[in-house]
Parts: sequence; structure tokens; C-alpha cells
Amino acid sequence: MGAVRTAGADETASSIESRFRETVASPVRLLVIGALLAFVLLGLPEILDTYWLQIMTSVTIYSIVTLGLGLLIGRVGMVSLCQFALLAVGAWVALRLDYATSIPFPLLLLIAGLVTGVIGTLIGLPALRLTGLYLALITLMAAGAIGVVLRVAQFPNGGGGFFGNTSAGGSSSLLPRPEMATGGTAYYRYCVIVGILMFLVALWHVRGKAGRAWAGIRQSQTTALAAGVNTTLYKLWAFGLASFMAGVAGGLLAAATGGVNVNQFPTQNSILLLAVVLMGGIYSIWGAIVAALLLRLLPALLDDWGISTELLTILFGVGVLQVLLTAPGGLIDQVPKDVAKLRRAIGRLFPGSTNGRSGSPAG
Amino acid sequence: MIEVDALTVRFGGVLPIDGMTVTFPGGTCGLIGPNGAGKTTFFNVLSGFVRPVSGTVRAFGEDILAMADFRRARWGLRRTFQTEQAIEGLTVFDNVLMVHENTASDRSTRRQDVIEALSFVGLDGVASHRVGVLGARERRLVEVARAVTGNPKVVLLDEPAAGLPDDETEDLGRVISSIPERFGALVILVDHDMSLVSACCQTTAVLDFGKLIAAGPTGEVLRDEHVMRAYLGTEEEL
Repeated sequence: MGAVRTAGADETASSIESRFRETVASPVRLLVIGALLAFVLLGLPEILDTYWLQIMTSVTIYSIVTLGLGLLIGRVGMVSLCQFALLAVGAWVALRLDYATSIPFPLLLLIAGLVTGVIGTLIGLPALRLTGLYLALITLMAAGAIGVVLRVAQFPNGGGGFFGNTSAGGSSSLLPRPEMATGGTAYYRYCVIVGILMFLVALWHVRGKAGRAWAGIRQSQTTALAAGVNTTLYKLWAFGLASFMAGVAGGLLAAATGGVNVNQFPTQNSILLLAVVLMGGIYSIWGAIVAALLLRLLPALLDDWGISTELLTILFGVGVLQVLLTAPGGLIDQVPKDVAKLRRAIGRLFPGSTNGRSGSPAG
Repeated sequence: MIEVDALTVRFGGVLPIDGMTVTFPGGTCGLIGPNGAGKTTFFNVLSGFVRPVSGTVRAFGEDILAMADFRRARWGLRRTFQTEQAIEGLTVFDNVLMVHENTASDRSTRRQDVIEALSFVGLDGVASHRVGVLGARERRLVEVARAVTGNPKVVLLDEPAAGLPDDETEDLGRVISSIPERFGALVILVDHDMSLVSACCQTTAVLDFGKLIAAGPTGEVLRDEHVMRAYLGTEEEL
């Protein structure tokens, strides 16, 4: 009888597993993702001119930062206001390493990510005791401190070696691009591929043990502890991961057109980053892409149309208010819902053409 | 067996647990008492969320208070919460899986074990549902499934039947009473529903104002005059 029971349980296990696989990777979904990737990698560079491709490169790089911050807020429930400063740290580490050594570009990115990850983890230490507003405040102060350090060190500076200084500090520094991607289009593709890798890392975390542990922590610290989750480890790991991503993005940014300079990372931009991440949507990792589009593409578009980009502050304010009050899932969650609603509304207007008739009240 | 010796907890000037000495012999043990008697505080001491000022707790010969809070779950301590705490953002399956992967090291039987815990409480049919869409009874059962997966040694159930109608409480009682035999764990059940406690528990301990006032076979304890007085109030007070 025992054997019969086990066989039954086996069957249930496999049917449940197959149901999971269906929801995670249905063929249609994979096809759509594949088509989108092909378009982004191959189609976009054909359509866009140099300027807009630069913008899209920037969107790609910033989507890595928003991805990390989105994970931290949406999955773990911790707010960090120092991600923009950590982006600068990543750029700085990559540049200094380039001045001092001849490490190949991918390794440079990795080291920039790891060093930034360690610094971010240290900043995350208060998160073990603080939450919400106070954690946000501490991280904002850390961002300010990083800003001061970089200003004093005349970041990024062009002197030789690890700590070399030139008198011509303050101007932009450009990290040499990898040999395989020196041109604008090639570097755009390079960034997209790094971005895809980061999204895979994020997906792997979210779908795995870490994601489940984070879901526990987000709901309640004590629940997670009672389930055997080492909450200290997983909280710091989340901070480390988000910072790692910011660091990698910093390395990419240092090699993007125009390079980086010390005035590019004002502390208040970390707050702007939080706003776009909330608007993009924190409960889906794809919200990070929407957030990056809001952050980099929208200002460029407004500029192109001759509208003052100052308007964005108001627009983002209204957007965040909207998210906090009515659409906690952000644009990535809300737009498909609204589209479906619109489709139903159109269906009601023209009942003959669709099945809108079934929606009519039954008296 | 859990041996509690002279356990005292202090919150400022209050002693929610005051020199509690009791032994939970095994099987399903009841722990009852009026509101504020210290039952949940006792669970929180066992979980490591509250540090006692003095006293010891030995569970199966091990000094449980010496372990870090999250390691106690790895050792085999499980609990449910008074306000149900199944994790809303995860599926039923992932809720149980999460406890298993953080407490049991055996990967090869992981999925099998999770399914087993789910069918034990009768939730294998909704394994892929998100907890957020479930009703109160099912959420409670998710918590129970979480509490029995991954080789539990001690299972603490804090008012698992709170808010459930009588027939559902009865079903839950049957699930609870079969935990010791099925999973080899000692269960401590806190609940105000005396019919549930007498149906499930061979022995029962009674707390009142942090002090143990009775302990022994459930039938005798529930008839004890001290216990009656603690629940109904004394004549002097009236």
C-alpha cells in the first residue's frame, strides 16, 4: 500500500512541476521574448541614428541600475537611496583599474561590480536594524558621503596608477571600450548583452531560494526567521546584489559616449531613481526597463520636442502619487490592465463585432 | 520531551512569564490560559524572538535557548502564528518549499517531501495557487504544512483554529492530532477552543499571569478548580 501511495504522490509532483513550467516558459511567451530581443539587438540599431542609439545605450545601462533597486524594494521591501552614488563608485573603480592595470574589459566590469557590491553591502548594514524611512535616510546620507569623497578625490581624474592625480581634474574621463565593441552600434549591443546577463541573474535569484527567502522577509522578519531563513545573510545579499548591478552599470557608463564626470551624479538623482523605479513597477523585473525608459528616453524625447525637461519633476511627482494611491504595480502592471479595459470598452461600444453582448446586464 | 525550568521573562516592570517550570512529555500537548497569560510569549522564547532573563529550556536534551533564532528552525523547531502568516506573494507549493530548503539539507527528496506535507493537510490540489487567493481555512492549513515539512522535532501551533467555524476546526483537529505519529514531532497547541484542546491533547498545561497553575492529563486539568477559577474569575473578584 505504501508503494501505491508513493506512486500517486509522484504523479502529483510531476503534474505540478509541469504546470509550473507552463506558466514560467510557455512557447508563446518564449517566442515573444525572443522576438523582442532580436528587435532590440538587431532592429533598433538599423532604425535609430547615432544620437538616439546613444540614448538607448544609456537606457540599457540604467535599466541595470533600476533592476537592482527594483529587486531591493519590490522583493525584499528595503529602500536604498544610494544607488546613483554606487553607479559613480562603479565607474570610478573601473576607471582607476584601467589607469593602473591592463585588465580586459569584461573582468573590469566584474571587479567594478564586486567592489561596489561590497561597499553597498556595508551601506546596507544598518538595514539589519532599520527599515522604511530611517533606512532610506541613512542610505541617502551614505550617497552624500560618497559624493563628497568623489569630489575631494576629483573623480574620475586621469592620473596614472591607482591613486595618480593630474592637474586637469574635473573633466570627463572615458574608459576605453572592449576591442570587439569600439563603435557606437557594437557598444550598444555589448551593453544589451550585459543587461540580458544581469536580468538572467535577477530572474535566477527571484525564482530560486533567494526569491522565496526575500518574499518571507518582505512579509515579516519573524516569519522568515521561523522558517529558518538567515535573514541577515539574505538582506545583505540583496543589498550586495543591487549594488553589484549598479557597479557593473557604472563600468559600462564610464565607457559610453561622453564618459563620466563628477557633476553627473548629484545625490538627489538617487531620489529620482526611486521615483522612476516605483513608476516602472517594482513587482515585476521588467518594470526596470520601463523605469530606465522614463529616466533616460523621456527627457531626450521632451528635449527633442522642445518641451522643457523641468516638467518631468512634476510629471514624476504625479506618477509616483498615482502609483502609491491606485497602481502599486507600476506601469508594467497597469498598462496591460488598462489596455484590456479599453478593449472591453470598445467591445461594448460595438457589440456586434465582438462578444461584448455577453457583458450586458441581465436585467 | 521539552523541559522548561524556572523560565522568567521580563518586559520592563511586567513578568509575562514568571518562574515557569513544566515538562511537555511528547505527543500533542495543550497550553492554555486566559488572554495575557504568557502563552504566545512562551512560544516567542522558544522561537528566539524574546530573551528570558533566567531559566532554561531543554528540548530532547538540547539547550534550545543557546541556538541562534534561525538555526532553531534548522534544528527542527516549527511554529505557526496567531495572526496567520502564510507568505502571500508565494504559491502554496513555494510556501512549504521555502521552509524545507532552509531547514532540511536533503535536496533529493525535497519536492517529494513538500508534496507529502501538502497532501497531509489536504492542499495538494491547490499547490500552484498563490496564497493571496486562498480562504482563511486554507491559509491556516498552509501554515500547518509549513510547520510539518523538513523533519520537525517540535511544532508550536498558536491558536490555529482562531476564526474558523466549528466543522473546519474539527477537521483541523484531526490533522493536528496526527502530526506526532506521522512526523515524529512533539506538538504544543495553544488555543482557546477547549473542545479542540481536549480532542487533540493527551496532556495540558495551564498558564495564568505567567505562572503555571496546572499540568497533567487533559481531562483532569480541565476539571481542576484552579483552572476553572483562572478562566471564570474567583468569587472574591466577583
